[in-house]
Amino acid sequence: MSAATSRRRFLAGSAGAAAWVGALGWTLAPGAAQAHEGGRTPPDRSGHGGGINGATFRAGQVVDHAANGFHPSELLRDFDYGRTSQLSDGRTLREWDVVARDQEIEVAPGARFPAWTFNGRIPGPTLRCRAGDRLRVRFRNASEHPHTMHFHGIHPADMDGVPMIGRGVISPGEEFAYEFDAEPFGLHLYHCHVGPLAEHIARGMYGTFIIDPPGGRPAADELVLVQHGYNTTFDGEGNQLYAVNGIPFHYAHEPIRVRRGELVRIYLVNVLEYDPINSFHLHGNFFEYYPTGTRLEPADFTDTVVQGQGQRGICEVRFPHPGRYMFHAHKTEFAELGWMGYFEVTE
Amino acid sequence: MLQKAIARAPRWALVAGVLAVVSAGLAALAVFGAAVLPARTGPPVEELTVERTVLHPGTIELTVRNTGPDPVTVAQVTVDDSFVDVAGGTEPIDRLGTATLRLDYPWQDGMPYRVGLLTSTGLVIEHEIPVAVATPAVDAPSLGRMALLGALIGIVPVLLGMTALPVLRRAGPTATRVLLAFTVGLLGFLAVDAAIDGSDLAAATGGAFGGVALVALGAALAFLALAAVDRIPRRGATGPHLALLIAIGIGLHNLGEGLAVGSAFAVGELALGTALLVGFAVHNTTEGIAVVAPLTGQRATPSRLLGLGLVAGAPAMLGTVLGATVTTPAQAAFLLGLGIGAIAQVAVQITPLLRGAAGRSLDAPVIGGLAGGALVMYLTGLLVAG
Repeated sequence: MSAATSRRRFLAGSAGAAAWVGALGWTLAPGAAQAHEGGRTPPDRSGHGGGINGATFRAGQVVDHAANGFHPSELLRDFDYGRTSQLSDGRTLREWDVVARDQEIEVAPGARFPAWTFNGRIPGPTLRCRAGDRLRVRFRNASEHPHTMHFHGIHPADMDGVPMIGRGVISPGEEFAYEFDAEPFGLHLYHCHVGPLAEHIARGMYGTFIIDPPGGRPAADELVLVQHGYNTTFDGEGNQLYAVNGIPFHYAHEPIRVRRGELVRIYLVNVLEYDPINSFHLHGNFFEYYPTGTRLEPADFTDTVVQGQGQRGICEVRFPHPGRYMFHAHKTEFAELGWMGYFEVTE
Repeated sequence: MLQKAIARAPRWALVAGVLAVVSAGLAALAVFGAAVLPARTGPPVEELTVERTVLHPGTIELTVRNTGPDPVTVAQVTVDDSFVDVAGGTEPIDRLGTATLRLDYPWQDGMPYRVGLLTSTGLVIEHEIPVAVATPAVDAPSLGRMALLGALIGIVPVLLGMTALPVLRRAGPTATRVLLAFTVGLLGFLAVDAAIDGSDLAAATGGAFGGVALVALGAALAFLALAAVDRIPRRGATGPHLALLIAIGIGLHNLGEGLAVGSAFAVGELALGTALLVGFAVHNTTEGIAVVAPLTGQRATPSRLLGLGLVAGAPAMLGTVLGATVTTPAQAAFLLGLGIGAIAQVAVQITPLLRGAAGRSLDAPVIGGLAGGALVMYLTGLLVAG
């Protein structure tokens, strides 16, 4: 090898090294630049940074939960058992007041969505009762659009909450009390059933409806995860944002905190519109799966379940190791458009 | 009374009076007109056009312009259905305003990407990157290479074509008319070609600056400017004067052509190689013949010929450099329009010279020349596989 060629190779090598250093510098630079621009602290890029670290909104940006009127971390364990009283036959009567409203929600930092809500939140309140209870849901429509509450479960036709049957559509300003018995036990849902149906659901009118078995379930740290999306362009073709419990990427910014070794019970519901299926995948662990929660024996021991529209099931899991565990739709497109988060397992 | 006053008033006072009346009317319209008309109903109209895409390792930089009537705020950005970290462009972008978005994304060489801009109202504005290629750095060596490219596809072929002059001198009057008709046919082809390219570019501007009207404006201005240049030393539309006009027209055309080549190279759509250079050379050599066509009966010094060649060819160098660095689609569309107007003016100047002894323009030699010019440009154009 002549001196000239070795020098040339050396130069080429150092140019390559310079490119590497440049690339590394660049990887670190955006966060720092943002911190200077907006006066923000550099975002945590270890877990959910941009580029090769995975999908993210603009670094450091989150929605204004206070202005939205709900916080996904709070509605995670927010079970509404209603007002209870004793009926003459000894059964428990549970009563709830649910209000439909038109409400603009910041669904991604800086992006607003004209939503229709139950009780001012997406998803609506998690209504929880025990099998055999008498239920009375007083629904008031304070929206400018006609709505209903259609519950999944076993009930008479006039309590089904669909147009032209029983009371039918509840017009703006009107109210109606849906009254029926809680059966069968399991994990169910409710949603508006007024046409155009896909839009009435996709605007945010859905919630979880849990009927506990007569003997209850083993004590656990219980969570609700409602999978849904936002078709912000209103083209009816897929969604621009995917989420669990209202805000995309929320549990990436604020992981769900659980304790090591404790039984965690996840009430997993899919109400995604415009896409045929959704899925849930948990990292670093496996869970017992109870489809629709209507049997007390698990049907599967897995780390991934697929749910179609309106499908739901209960996942029971214990985390043997501390640390951060990702969960997301295994339909990766949904995950990268917001449907992903973390469990933070602590001692 | 008023009529007499107007008749007696000095001209400047009349002009000032008219201006005052018009401004007062417009001001009144602005103040009271909006009050009586209803506000627009419906959501804001949001339009963004990506004017420039710069790719460096790990980043995609988009310069977007608001081409719609209402302000637009880019809330979040996706690349291939995945949200990405973005710097810049957090403020609302006003009408015709621009913003630069720097996307944090590990793009790969040669792959296509689809960028989605999610606005504050939930609208998604999509932009395709057909093939991702690292944007050449704007430094002295790369600008030098672009200028060299411009010289190779502009100056060299034109000068080569001009060497045909001694052969042309031997030609008789009919052959000269055929040659001039050939030139008109050639220019006509170039004008149509540039009009098609210009309307394509205008479509890419999102219509903010008038779209195709911008091409037409450029054409009209160049046509009128060359008409004015033609009036100044009025020594008849023959000989050196006409050669200069043709050179200017072709020069303006080559400016647009250089822009197209430079910007295509910058976005990786153009493979530079022997095929491209030879193709352009054959294509543009005919332009050199057009420049010297009026000089068959004249004496012309080598320096004058060189000057004409540079006027016709050198703008391609400016075009390639600008195309690879700064031009927006709107500017390029306007410059292509200039080329069209210049070519049209030159064709108008040559047409009287096509007349034969019988006083008819469209006889067989002229028709043959026109057809030959267009056909040669079409066929040689096929050699340039863009």
